[in-house]
Amino acid sequence: MRVRERVARWPFWAMLRKEFIQMRRDRLTLAMMMGIPAIQLALFGYAIRTEVRHLPMVVLDESQTPESRELVQALINTGNFDLAGMVHDRDAIARDIGRGTARAAVVIPPEYQHDLKRGRGAHAQIIVDAADPLGSSAAISGAAQAGFERTIEILAQKGLAPPVTVNVRPWYNPGLRSAVYIVPGIIGVLLSMTMVVIAGVAIVREKERGTLEQLVVTPIGKTSLMLGKIIPFLLVGFVQVTVILVLGRLLFHVPFRGNLLNLYIVALPFIVASLAVGLFISTLVGTQAQAMQLGFFYLLPNILLSGFMFPREAMPLPAQWLGAALPLTYFLRVLRGVLLRGTGWDAYWTETLVLVGFSILLIALSVRRFHKTVE
Amino acid sequence: MSSAPTNGPAILTRGLSKSFGPLVAVDHLDLEVTRGEVFGLLGPNGSGKTTTIRMLTGLMEPTSGTAEVVGIDIVKTPEQVRKRIGYMSQRFGLYDDMTVLENLDFYAGLYGVVGAERRKRIAEQLAEYRLEGRTKQMAGTLSGGWKQRLALACATSHRPDLVFLDEPTAGVDPLSRRRFWELIGQRANSGMTVLVTTHYMDEAELCNRLAFLSRGKLIGVGTPKEITQRFGVARVEDVFIELQRRDEASAPTTEMARP
Repeated sequence: MRVRERVARWPFWAMLRKEFIQMRRDRLTLAMMMGIPAIQLALFGYAIRTEVRHLPMVVLDESQTPESRELVQALINTGNFDLAGMVHDRDAIARDIGRGTARAAVVIPPEYQHDLKRGRGAHAQIIVDAADPLGSSAAISGAAQAGFERTIEILAQKGLAPPVTVNVRPWYNPGLRSAVYIVPGIIGVLLSMTMVVIAGVAIVREKERGTLEQLVVTPIGKTSLMLGKIIPFLLVGFVQVTVILVLGRLLFHVPFRGNLLNLYIVALPFIVASLAVGLFISTLVGTQAQAMQLGFFYLLPNILLSGFMFPREAMPLPAQWLGAALPLTYFLRVLRGVLLRGTGWDAYWTETLVLVGFSILLIALSVRRFHKTVE
Repeated sequence: MSSAPTNGPAILTRGLSKSFGPLVAVDHLDLEVTRGEVFGLLGPNGSGKTTTIRMLTGLMEPTSGTAEVVGIDIVKTPEQVRKRIGYMSQRFGLYDDMTVLENLDFYAGLYGVVGAERRKRIAEQLAEYRLEGRTKQMAGTLSGGWKQRLALACATSHRPDLVFLDEPTAGVDPLSRRRFWELIGQRANSGMTVLVTTHYMDEAELCNRLAFLSRGKLIGVGTPKEITQRFGVARVEDVFIELQRRDEASAPTTEMARP
């Protein structure tokens, strides 16, 4: 038999064609696959804000001077504080912070103006509700910033310059907007979710409907069966990537600094790896509901440990190791590198290789676990 | 395509057994099915009919014993066997969201039937199974009788030497059943061996030979005529009831008590 004819006889082609036909017919799933990215993007993109601003602040101004009012204004100008009200004693501060109506309080002592004029170094106190570390760090840095700025202004009035000035330049995301950081990550998280569930359900659905039993008595090989099942979903994956990129650009002004083609190239092994995780899940479970549950169970460590929301550098080592076992961890680095830093794909060949390795390993594992029997 | 022998029995099993834990589903089955015959496998629910078919199609591995299907060892080389057999399960294995034509096309493709050959074969199947008018209909919207026909057409599009039909006519009206058996007869006339399980004794009468299974054991084999004569009864149904009654009388009362 000639090679071409032999290739044409592969049962793989029949499987592939069948999956495309079924995918086209299943409009609801298809619509969900396109709609989910948009919803998720809006959800994560708008809701996740790691920068805390506009903390309600009460003021106890015992100085009641232009100088003390300037300091309060400097604090508000940082954008980290909103004036929630003036109070007249320390008990009121304790009450407001205790109730949560204020998250910070500034206390300016009576001698503030006096000390300032004497050049003795004036003091003011900022009380911060630090129960939430993320919120309080914004208050603390805001306070430090305001104090520093007032100092420079006062020195400047006297014709002096501060001895040391540190200039901070936030590269790649000068506005320090979380959306810029979060949106590229959503591509990876979303693919981890939908690809895993879609592939997990695809084989289990045939189990449930009784068609798998019919399939496995045909001469189709296990690899052909699995590849034929997942390849049509590659397309879905790439459409999702495109939807998020376009919406991310339009809604959140996420920059495309690098070559998008590189991104699509690296997305391929990642999508395959995610689909393979789904295939593996399908070899473990008997019903679609179980496949979905396991799929969502897989999603959780991906969100928490991959570096999507929390920096991996801050995690204890065992958590970092777990994160290193997730394909998403590597894909995120490439995503952010290409989109935000404009780094070329060649800088990420390690990540790419790891992802290719993951996909081959996971497919092989699923094929090994899948049996052409019904026991 | 394959070098397996084309004469000799279509199915030959020796001591074929399958246990699920303490339950013996099939117990030392010695079965021989001749090529070209319609062979009926009879027995009450749970007697091991489906398990036997599943072992013979490679869907289950036997606990012990050997089985040759179309002259090839099904346990050692199931893929060699699969090219040459067809299988229609109780659940038909059709894709409800695909049309009649797409289902046929898919199964033909799985068996490596391609190109002009496939077009010709599908046209033949459509004509033989009277499915021409329904090519664009979704399989899910077909009635039971039509589903059954389509399932048989799908299971035989690669012209297998042997086709397994597991309760193909369960839950189908009498006219559809009769038509289906006409189709089975035509397959057999063209040289295809058919192994069929059924609960309908009128269908059993149409088989060339019958085997009775009870609680995993083979308790009688022969042509319908031989069998009825041997038992001195008029119909296969009486034999069936008699054999089962005897077997149950001689057996311990509970299932789990058996080794």
